[in-house]
Amino acid sequence: MAEQFVARGQDLELVGIRKEFPGFTAIENLDLKIPAGEFFALLGPSGCGKTTTLRIIAGLEEPTVGKVLIGGKDVTDTKPHQRPVNTVFQSYALFPHMSVLENVAFGLRQRKIEEPLPKATKALELVELEHLANRKPQQLSGGQQQRVALARALVNRPALLLLDEPLGALDLKLRRQMQVELKAIQMEVGLTFLHVTHDQEEAMDMADTVAVMNHGQIEQMGAPEALYDRPKTAFVARFLGQSNIFVGDVVENTEHTIAINVNGQRIAAPKLRSEKHEGKIAIGVRPEKATFHETKPQLGSEHNLVGPGEIIDIRFTGVSNQYLIDVPGFGDITVFAQNVGKSPVVELGAQVYVSWKVEHSFGLSDLPAKADNDEI
Amino acid sequence: MKFSLGKWLLPTYVALTFIFMMIPIVYTFIFSFNDVEKSNIAWKSFTFDNWLNVCAQPEVCHAFGNSIAIAVISTLVSTALGTAIAIALGRYKFKGRSATNLLLFLPMATPEVVMGAGLAAQFLDLGVAKGFWTIVIAHIMFTLSFVVVTVKARVATLDPRLEEAGSDLYANASSVFWRITFPLLLPGIMAAAMLSFALSFDDFIITQFNAGPDTTFPKFVYTAAARGIPPEANVIGSAVFIVAIAIVLVVQLRSSLKAKRLAK
Amino acid sequence: MAFVALGQGGAKSSAPVKNSSKVAFILLAPGMIYLGLFFLTPLVSLVITSLKTASMTGVIGMYDYGFEPGNYAYAIEQYGPQVIRSFGYALTATVLALVISYPIAYFIGVKARGKPVLQALLLTLVIAPFFISFLLRTFAWKQIFSNEAPITQFLQSIGLLPSDQYIIGTSFAVIFGLTYNFIPFMTLPIYTSLERLDVRLVEAGSDLYASPAKTFWKVTFPLSLPGVISGTLLTFIPISGDYVNASRDFLGGSDTAMIGNVVEANYFRIQDYPTASALSVMLMAAIVILVSVYVRRSGTEDLL
Repeated sequence: MAEQFVARGQDLELVGIRKEFPGFTAIENLDLKIPAGEFFALLGPSGCGKTTTLRIIAGLEEPTVGKVLIGGKDVTDTKPHQRPVNTVFQSYALFPHMSVLENVAFGLRQRKIEEPLPKATKALELVELEHLANRKPQQLSGGQQQRVALARALVNRPALLLLDEPLGALDLKLRRQMQVELKAIQMEVGLTFLHVTHDQEEAMDMADTVAVMNHGQIEQMGAPEALYDRPKTAFVARFLGQSNIFVGDVVENTEHTIAINVNGQRIAAPKLRSEKHEGKIAIGVRPEKATFHETKPQLGSEHNLVGPGEIIDIRFTGVSNQYLIDVPGFGDITVFAQNVGKSPVVELGAQVYVSWKVEHSFGLSDLPAKADNDEI
Repeated sequence: MKFSLGKWLLPTYVALTFIFMMIPIVYTFIFSFNDVEKSNIAWKSFTFDNWLNVCAQPEVCHAFGNSIAIAVISTLVSTALGTAIAIALGRYKFKGRSATNLLLFLPMATPEVVMGAGLAAQFLDLGVAKGFWTIVIAHIMFTLSFVVVTVKARVATLDPRLEEAGSDLYANASSVFWRITFPLLLPGIMAAAMLSFALSFDDFIITQFNAGPDTTFPKFVYTAAARGIPPEANVIGSAVFIVAIAIVLVVQLRSSLKAKRLAK
Repeated sequence: MAFVALGQGGAKSSAPVKNSSKVAFILLAPGMIYLGLFFLTPLVSLVITSLKTASMTGVIGMYDYGFEPGNYAYAIEQYGPQVIRSFGYALTATVLALVISYPIAYFIGVKARGKPVLQALLLTLVIAPFFISFLLRTFAWKQIFSNEAPITQFLQSIGLLPSDQYIIGTSFAVIFGLTYNFIPFMTLPIYTSLERLDVRLVEAGSDLYASPAKTFWKVTFPLSLPGVISGTLLTFIPISGDYVNASRDFLGGSDTAMIGNVVEANYFRIQDYPTASALSVMLMAAIVILVSVYVRRSGTEDLL
């Protein structure tokens, strides 16, 4: 099966891309390099410029400034049909007047490749839809259409496969299932995948590298674990999972530690995990890294401690409970606690202290736009 | 809705109105079997002769043939021109869009007598002899806007992503048009062509002003009305009606059944 | 088929429009040049002809270029009643067609919803008259209402019609014919907008304690207004210029002539081209003014 797709993916490079539309700038100044064979996710909220980036790579939009290189070759001025790139569109864009098989064979026929139908059938086998080859796309379910769109793109063995929120139209269960399949197929065919999505779980689950995009720029890029563990901006900290963020002036700047003063209490972060070391900065922590105590615990300097505060909301989410604690001077702090013992651990209205290890803190390069600690 | 009068009032009204609408059609059909020579006014006796010998009145046949030829030619031209305009309006950004829209709307908002007299005045000024081709020119002119409106509606429902998917899958501009855009617009183009054909075939006022000595089926009927329309005209009218209704029924039922199947 | 063309006001294009004026120009040019040559310049010819003066040679049907606004004064003086009658007939027939058509359109678009086969059959019935020649069906009415026809004699026998009067040749007959002929043009656009009507809005109306009549006038009718507007335009405009129904060979008589009949007579019988043209120009001007006022007041400017 896999030998049909022997052509390896190629690397993609975007150099100084800027895209202006009448009235607004979709992409500010984008540099990006995706190594061959990687599953790369471009993650961001709607309107952040990620789909425009994808369309520029596919050749469906022209960048105002900048270059697109695929496998080292400048393709900026070539038409979409001349690029070794295929797209799985958000709405799948299957041709309604052709059978599933003809849809898949379309690209092969356009390039006058021999035996288009047997090859298309093989591609359908890869996505396990060969039994529906003669149906019209409208007669398939959403998940099946998605797989046809994937086969239609993969069959061409593109150097680069672009996925434009391909799972967005599917329900949650199907989406998780397709994530697994998509990842398996990418491993099997070894192509370079560029996946555009606004679903952070999807991006973290599937991609080797995730780039978080906001306002036409990449805020941070890296392996999902690294991004989650050490977000560098307030946007990334909140878009990728949830975060509690505290803002204060730096009062301590030692060899290993940075600490700020928030309402008279000291909150510290390791220096190596901090972007800025002076002035007014923001320090954050993930809700699952924090714990709370019903009495004031005796903790050393390796812990941060705030409180007391009142539990104002408890949300049951299955494996864990999500507690919202209102600490005067700190705003609302979110803490996740696993439901291993009794649930909830404390009652609504209880007075608690919140603590976490300093090594779990991260110092951000910017300040959150809003002072509250709610997730976005 | 609960009282039964309200429930039956509307369907009864609709049924009665349809019966009323059918009266002249049925009349025309019945009188196509009337055994008379020229003045088909009073019922004499039943005959199939008019149907078997439509061309017993050669003028009727000639006029009918002319009408068909004019409708075919003008439909081909106006469908081609109108489809191009519809695609431009639906897909491209250009200066002068509102002027274009106005120029397309005006022929639909102009009474036929004005368009007919205007074109006739122009032919008169230029010394063009009126006849078959001046009718064709006139018919392309007044059917064009209807083609544009019909095809434009189809262009609006066409997902531009499909064309993008085509070019993404290595199809160049002309392949994208012929393999994706055109087949997907085809139902709209066919509907536009049928509409254009029907408008052209049945047109009388614009035709009269620009026909000169030549004649079409409606013009023949109009001229003959003073002294009595021969039953052969009823035959042609009825035959055209039956064929057209058959085509429309097939097209309509097919698309509504398809809609039903897809809606399951 | 025809109903595809009518009343498409609501079809909005979500297409990301391509910015390529060159391609657009190539696509637009042939058709627009055609309309320029055979629609716009003829209107100019019409104006020029309307100002021509009688030829010095004195030959009938020959005119010289000139500037004679008196042609308009003459046309108004001579044919004022016919002009007024045209608009009176057109207005009456349009209102009648609207009243007759709306329930039909409502039945097909709302009541028959979810029954595609019934809808298709009913729509075919609506457009069926299109397929028999316009002139043949008008002529059929002439025969049905002729002076010797049973219906005329019946009306005379019961005294509804004086024995020395007939149906054909009256304003009634002409308006009857005009209404009949244009019912499909009214029904289809209204159907199109009612078909798109979200039934849930009507349900919401009755849920909020509105009576059926109130729901109709407050919810259904306003939402079908685009269809009503294009229907009335598609009916009023052709009727105002029609001359077949009012022709003496069809349903009209000596006192039913409309602008169209006068234009036709001046053009073909008297060969008074300037007067025929002046009448046409006035008709066109009146229609343009009426339509733009009407369209602006009803707030639907994007009819095309």
